[in-house]
Amino acid sequence: MKPMIAARDVSIGWTPENVLIEHVNFEVMPGEIFAILGGSGCGKSTLLRHLIGLNPAPAGEIEIQGVGAPSIRVGRPGFGVMFQAGALFGSQTVIENVALPLQEWTELPVEAIDVMARAKLRLVGLEGAEDKMPSELSGGMKKRAAIARALALEPPLIFLDEPSAGLDPITSAELDELIRTLSRVVGITVVIVTHELASIFSIADRCIMLDKVSKSAIATGTPAELEKSDDERVSRFFQRKTKAA
Amino acid sequence: MAYALPSAIRLARRLVTPKQLAKPRHPSVAAGKGAILLSGDMRMTDALTIWLALKAAVPETPGKKLDIDISDVASMDGGVMSLLVNLRSELATKGIAAEIVGGTERLDELIRLYGGDAEPKKRHKPRKAEGFVVQVGRATAEALSELKQVIAFFGAFVAGAVGVVRHPRTGNLRDIKPLIAKAGADAVPIVLLINFLVGFVMGFQSARQLQSYGANIFVADIVGLAVTRELAPLMTAIIVCGRSGAAIAAELGTMKVSEEIDALSSLGLGPMRYLVFPRVMALMIVVPLLTMSGNFVGVLGGLVVGNTSLDIGITAYLNETRSAVKLWDIGTGLIKSGVYAGAVALIACQQGFATSGGAEGVGKRTTSTVVTSLFAIVLLDALLTVVFRVTGV
Repeated sequence: MKPMIAARDVSIGWTPENVLIEHVNFEVMPGEIFAILGGSGCGKSTLLRHLIGLNPAPAGEIEIQGVGAPSIRVGRPGFGVMFQAGALFGSQTVIENVALPLQEWTELPVEAIDVMARAKLRLVGLEGAEDKMPSELSGGMKKRAAIARALALEPPLIFLDEPSAGLDPITSAELDELIRTLSRVVGITVVIVTHELASIFSIADRCIMLDKVSKSAIATGTPAELEKSDDERVSRFFQRKTKAA
Repeated sequence: MAYALPSAIRLARRLVTPKQLAKPRHPSVAAGKGAILLSGDMRMTDALTIWLALKAAVPETPGKKLDIDISDVASMDGGVMSLLVNLRSELATKGIAAEIVGGTERLDELIRLYGGDAEPKKRHKPRKAEGFVVQVGRATAEALSELKQVIAFFGAFVAGAVGVVRHPRTGNLRDIKPLIAKAGADAVPIVLLINFLVGFVMGFQSARQLQSYGANIFVADIVGLAVTRELAPLMTAIIVCGRSGAAIAAELGTMKVSEEIDALSSLGLGPMRYLVFPRVMALMIVVPLLTMSGNFVGVLGGLVVGNTSLDIGITAYLNETRSAVKLWDIGTGLIKSGVYAGAVALIACQQGFATSGGAEGVGKRTTSTVVTSLFAIVLLDALLTVVFRVTGV
């Protein structure tokens, strides 16, 4: 089976002198939930931006669905993205946000688009919030609406940047359950950037852990494997221990 | 065993090699007896075809029950499932009981995920557009609410300004200097250029008329008085409104939506004293200075016309300007410019503080600042001109 994402010897940074992470290798298989972990500032979100083509192609090789890393282009995207704060369009209602990709990239009539957008909002638990403006939503609702928008075109792959950050435990658990169900039922591949341990254990099939100090990937495996890692940096992260402890 | 045959056929159809599975099968929707039969790969890419086929597959007189049979469906995504769930709801509103049947375990889970097993819901009715009276009423209520906010803002500003006068340390006075540099020094080139051109154009327009009466020298009087009393304060204020007013509104608006203003309040630093007062002071200091520069280059623009096209000597032109323009003429212009500056700064700060709704809100308030400020400048100009005229100054 071909991997959905393959990153080979990837190094990223703002300049050659200012490298963020070096020589990172990983593969994400279809239907897998893959978590990119690490402390603040280790380059998780930057790596995500390279994967989705918002940052220029880094050194090394990135393949998404068998083709080279995407660059910013106009065209139907092959994946969905949920940004950290939702990034909903403030001038549009929630349902208009979700319907936008359907309007732009399908020939469906307005009625069918409305049906699909409402179904996606129901899926993420936002039934009744269709006509609200993003400014009227809470942080968790914005994130859920952003997931609905990312799923609108039924992409085989979605990227989620910190989906649980700043959410209450119940909303966070509901979101995790939704991601897990989507992966199981629809077979969607999920790449998730997070440092929420509860989420990692709840949904991730495999993880890669990045380290700010060594500027590299220090561990790859299932959450259970990483938890038992002999590497002190990995075990500290999983056991929430400070250096002094 | 006749009843088992369809199931056996279905089972046989499902026993396909992995190679066959990998091949996409065309989606198909057909009307059967008491059921709509779906087969193949039902994916988002074919959603339009499936949607139209579903609409066409509903019989004219379907009876009391019509199942949606997905037993031959190889795969289905959420988008298509949402269409099926919607069809089920539509049928229910017509009194036809419809169930999605024959799905695999995975498809059944997809049905549950999209609410296809729940009680069918009534179709969502699109919201009716607001009537004329409702729109007028809502707009009036919004305008009154805005007016209330504006009055409250000016009240709070006056209270804040009095507080700063009583306790100068609370006024964030150290911000005034960089704000003056930003609103003043950076605006000097554009202010000089615009005012020079205004003086130049004014000179040209009046030169033609004056030439026909042999009153060339009076071009200095016209340009000098018009520039100092009216044009330099007006043009400078318009430039400051477009540059600094918009910038202030955008800056404070962004601070408002990112809760920075709330953070200042929580630290005990009154936003009026900390943010508004220095901005108003900075503009009220710098705009009259810019106007003075505008006066100078405006007269210079007239001098260029007088000297080049009316053959008026430089000394004669300047002497005429000095005799025509009294100190109080410059004074009234400077008073006007100070008032305009205060108005622009207060409007910009008020609009910034009233921002809500993210990036779009910031854009709206910035636009509103420029429009309201221009209106206020022209209104104040008319008012002050009448006041100066009536009082004889």
